[in-house]
Amino acid sequence: MRIPVGTAVAAGSIVALAIVPPITEALREPFYLGLCLRLMILAIAAISLNLILGFGNMVSFGHAAYMGIGAYVVGIGAFHAVEDGIDWLANGFLHVPLAIAASSLAALVIGAISIRTRGVYFIMITLAFGQMLYFVGVGLEVYGADDGLSLYMRSDFGDVLDINDNTRFYYLVLALLLATLYGTKRLVASRFGLVIRGARSNERRLAAIGIPVYRYKLVAFTVAGAICGVAGVLLANRTDFVSPDMMHWTRSGDLIIMVVLGGMGTLFGPLYGAAVLVLVEEFLSGVTEHWQIVFGPLLVLVAVYARGGIAGALRALERRRG
Amino acid sequence: MGEPILRLRGLTKRFGGLTATDSVTLDVVEGEVHAVIGPNGAGKTTLVGQISGEIRPDRGRILFAGQSITRGPVHARALLGIARSFQITSVFLDFTVAANVALAVQAHAGHSFRFWRDAASDDALIEPAAEYLGLVGLSDRTDDVAATLSHGERRQLEIAMALATAPRLLLLDEPTAGMGGDESARMIDLLRSFKGRFTILLVEHDMDAVFALADRITVLDSGRILVSGPPDDIRADPAVRQAYLGDGDT
Repeated sequence: MRIPVGTAVAAGSIVALAIVPPITEALREPFYLGLCLRLMILAIAAISLNLILGFGNMVSFGHAAYMGIGAYVVGIGAFHAVEDGIDWLANGFLHVPLAIAASSLAALVIGAISIRTRGVYFIMITLAFGQMLYFVGVGLEVYGADDGLSLYMRSDFGDVLDINDNTRFYYLVLALLLATLYGTKRLVASRFGLVIRGARSNERRLAAIGIPVYRYKLVAFTVAGAICGVAGVLLANRTDFVSPDMMHWTRSGDLIIMVVLGGMGTLFGPLYGAAVLVLVEEFLSGVTEHWQIVFGPLLVLVAVYARGGIAGALRALERRRG
Repeated sequence: MGEPILRLRGLTKRFGGLTATDSVTLDVVEGEVHAVIGPNGAGKTTLVGQISGEIRPDRGRILFAGQSITRGPVHARALLGIARSFQITSVFLDFTVAANVALAVQAHAGHSFRFWRDAASDDALIEPAAEYLGLVGLSDRTDDVAATLSHGERRQLEIAMALATAPRLLLLDEPTAGMGGDESARMIDLLRSFKGRFTILLVEHDMDAVFALADRITVLDSGRILVSGPPDDIRADPAVRQAYLGDGDT
């Protein structure tokens, strides 16, 4: 039996991620552990964006805002735990559900308004909401305003898991990444997923066969926001720092780039996109601080010659081989 | 004669200075094929759009199965049993043929907030879908992507999707448009096999199709009903001959 190229690359990527900790430890390069940690967290956020952008054709330009909300839940909790000695506010079992609740509520409200629009208007409205939340962050004087907030303690998961240990934290994030991938796979193939993909394909037809499209798109938008909120919890803990910059529209743009570069509407595309963006940024910025001069044209090439992104290119490769 | 399932009462729609639908009062009787004909720009598609809910009428009422649906949204009307095909074929091009119909089945099988089970292996969707595909003669294309279908086959697929929604009224907007002679004849045969089983409001340019299928014909001109009646009366009507049938074989 021959293994398809796409499957091989996907499995290879997961295995590669799984063996990062022992390698970085052997080489005494903890920096790269942190780098891959960031890569996986951004991949989770990009997967959540792909759910609505790639599968549902909703180009949300404010998706980083939900990541910021999740991060601020951790940041504010840790702040009061340290400053005011309210220990339970650092509890990770509180942070995660609270982040999900807050980010999905925000997505519900933002989605309820923006999903009534289409195309470029949808992009502009989600961008506007994202920037609104960014400026809310800038306005939080107590929590460092635009300087942000340093975390003096990470989310506390008690005896269950100590995420102060970066290796354990790494495997937690890897497990969540795999869970997100599997959940997305199921969701996209389910009845709900069929409706969302139908909305991308032909929304007018969807209504004509009797499906109230709006409410399904809104639920998808909310679910994506909730997942991105969890990514925010992880990112805050990874960086030990929270700031409004996490919600800036350029961060949302990065997530879109990851999805487009990796392959819209594909399962593993956002992971590939996140990997390329994080690694290219790291290595090119070591060569020149104007690394975006190199990265920009690369993106243009993908947009012009490889519409399906990396995952699409793998698929084309498989077809040529077959 | 049966009961009317669809009643239009004084339906009027203006686009700027143009009156696309002008006080149209019309009954579609259950079980009948009711054809709407008229020259280009007579307002046929606008009329269909108002019945399906994509276009809001300015005045008048639409009653379906005794219930007012004048202002309801498209999906709500579809759930009541109004299915439509579009003048320009409208299917989910990147879905397989089976998935297209499965989605239409799903639309009428309760809510779709089911997030986990694989829809493509869900017998409750796949089996009825296969049945409707058999009905329109697409059984051998089930697993093909809809984009690979010919124009005629896409039309057949659209009909299968309409049937899958358990329709009480089929709104067919030019089902033979853009078809070759053979394809067109096959579509007419298919629609003829529906006679008596479905109520159909048929908008059509092809007079052969209209006279082969219709129990009743309404002639529209500039948004107004010129005349309405059984096919033989329409054929004999001097006003119709002059306004429509007279100008060649369009």
